[in-house]
Amino acid sequence: MQTFDLEAEGLRALNASLHALKGDTNTTAWEIINPRGSHAIAVGVDAPLDITVRGSTGYYCAGMNKLATIRVAGNAGPGVAENMMSGTVIIDGDASQYAGATGRGGTLVIKGNAASRCGISMKGIDIVVHGNVGHMSAFMAQSGNLVVCGDAGEALGDSLYEARLFVRGSVKSLGADCIEKEMRPEHVELLRDLLVRGDCDADPSEFRRYGSARKLYNFDIDNASAY
Amino acid sequence: MNDHSPKIPQTLPRQSATFTNEINSEIRRAAATGIYDIRGGGAKRRVPHFDDLLFLGASVSRYPLEGYREKCTTNVTLGTRFAKKPIELAIPVTIAGMSFGALSGAAKEALGRGATLAGTSTTTGDGGMTEEERGHSKTLVYQVLPSRYGMNPDDLRRADAIEVVVGQGAKPGGGGMLLGQKITDRVAEMRTLPKGIDQRSACRHPDWTGPDDLEIKILELREITGWEKPIYVKIGGTRPYYDTTLAVKAGADVVVLDGMQGGTAATQDVFIEHVGIPTLACIRPAVQALQDMGLHREVQLIVSGGIRTGADVAKAMALGADAVAIGTAAMVALGDNDPHWEAEYQKLGTTAGAYDDWHEGRDPAGITTQDPDLAARLDPIAAGRRLRNYLSVLTLEAQTIARACGHNSLHNLEPEDLCALTVEAAAMARLPLAGTNWIPGAGGY
Repeated sequence: MQTFDLEAEGLRALNASLHALKGDTNTTAWEIINPRGSHAIAVGVDAPLDITVRGSTGYYCAGMNKLATIRVAGNAGPGVAENMMSGTVIIDGDASQYAGATGRGGTLVIKGNAASRCGISMKGIDIVVHGNVGHMSAFMAQSGNLVVCGDAGEALGDSLYEARLFVRGSVKSLGADCIEKEMRPEHVELLRDLLVRGDCDADPSEFRRYGSARKLYNFDIDNASAY
Repeated sequence: MNDHSPKIPQTLPRQSATFTNEINSEIRRAAATGIYDIRGGGAKRRVPHFDDLLFLGASVSRYPLEGYREKCTTNVTLGTRFAKKPIELAIPVTIAGMSFGALSGAAKEALGRGATLAGTSTTTGDGGMTEEERGHSKTLVYQVLPSRYGMNPDDLRRADAIEVVVGQGAKPGGGGMLLGQKITDRVAEMRTLPKGIDQRSACRHPDWTGPDDLEIKILELREITGWEKPIYVKIGGTRPYYDTTLAVKAGADVVVLDGMQGGTAATQDVFIEHVGIPTLACIRPAVQALQDMGLHREVQLIVSGGIRTGADVAKAMALGADAVAIGTAAMVALGDNDPHWEAEYQKLGTTAGAYDDWHEGRDPAGITTQDPDLAARLDPIAAGRRLRNYLSVLTLEAQTIARACGHNSLHNLEPEDLCALTVEAAAMARLPLAGTNWIPGAGGY
């Protein structure tokens, strides 16, 4: 395993080292120590690496990740795994706002809670949150799945497109055009797979499904008051 | 009661200057539909502009350069502050961001071809990067917009520069709009949206708010791209002194400043005409901000919004811009609003020169459409050549003016070369009114 002391060697050296690794590298296991809340840790990785960050991170950790498995053994700052393309990002603690924003693929697992706007504008990513999510989560979510094992805050799924939302606990309120939908067997199976990938032993039958009513997809003056 | 006898001279019918025929027609349209008017383009109202400025030229106090013999350089380097690979352009006129989706694939290709032939850059838009434009653009600027449609690290790395779009002049504070007629299979796939919906982009970025966050966002983009690419920050013309200051403090290599005449693919007419300030009013405060930070020319300023002629290019640069960007003018050069299609414009209830329903996708010129039959009307090779020719004329015209003012580089043009024709333009551009030494607002009066 490669151990990288971020405090001693610096952010540029870290990301340059990670970017230099191609898909056939044997140097796949990395440990980053002394992150001390630094921003942009392990961003733009494009290789099947296994990276563990020992401590909490600042903004945009694992941003635009492709292929790598990145674990934060601590809490993550805003925008963790933003625009992730593929791979897996695991946060052992809590995640700040915009977790998984605009993510296009891969799986983001948050073992603790996620703050507001979790999964904002998500475009295909799967997000599994073991705890609660804050207000405006899945705002304008276009595609992918958001699983919330705890409670969801206000205006869940506001202006939602085709993303699927699963919540086990309470939902404080639904956003514009977001409705509860029938949980059919295929959704239970999908959720079961998501929970397995999210390292979560929750029972899929305890969840409710939410999605778009698709009433605001096209302009209609009679819907103007919905916003 | 008035006497309408034929023997009595009659007062001519008087139209209201407040309730004009145009205003009344909009009231009737609104009453019939219950929804605001949506259109493309920039502000159409008359505002103080470059036409209200004049160059003084050379005489006894300054001597000119020979128009056909002495060199006047036009090249510009953008991104010299932090980027390892600044971009080098042969001319200081760039092509502004316009999306695939708003424009056809052939139109994007034509923009790339024309820009490349002229030695300048073109820019993606709110829809991601297409192969057409990457393949035909030697220098391509990749926009990072609030929607993040099509955003991915591979395209970030394929780009020559990155432009974080905070706002644009036509709709500062507003997001993009693309109606269902233009959300075809390909556009829908690129944007990860259902086909045929009315797409309304976000106006705020999903993962940052405010200048402190922007600084970190720029750091992330630099780290992903190895600090190679120049990072632009594009702002709409609202509070140019403060917005320029904050963009630079956030780490921008280049500030792109777009006045209210700058176009959009589609938004509300009321937004276009009533939010934001004219391009002319933007430039001096932005340059002042750069000068106050000691970074004028180190952080480059690109000005856009209503650039039409080489005179406009020269005036923007004399006021302190390093380069300009064109959007609407580039579309016209490709063939937009060409009288050749007048009969079809008439069928759409408009006329050549006034057509602005770009969002409807029925563009007779085949530029602002996703209809394959209409799009096939635009030959990207021929249109690219027209754009190249137009860019060449802009450059030659600007050089003509610069030489007449005694400068061997467009970048040596300066405010002292200019005067203003109106008090308003003098105040906005901080120039003396022609024939006087009076700069309104300067010196406390």
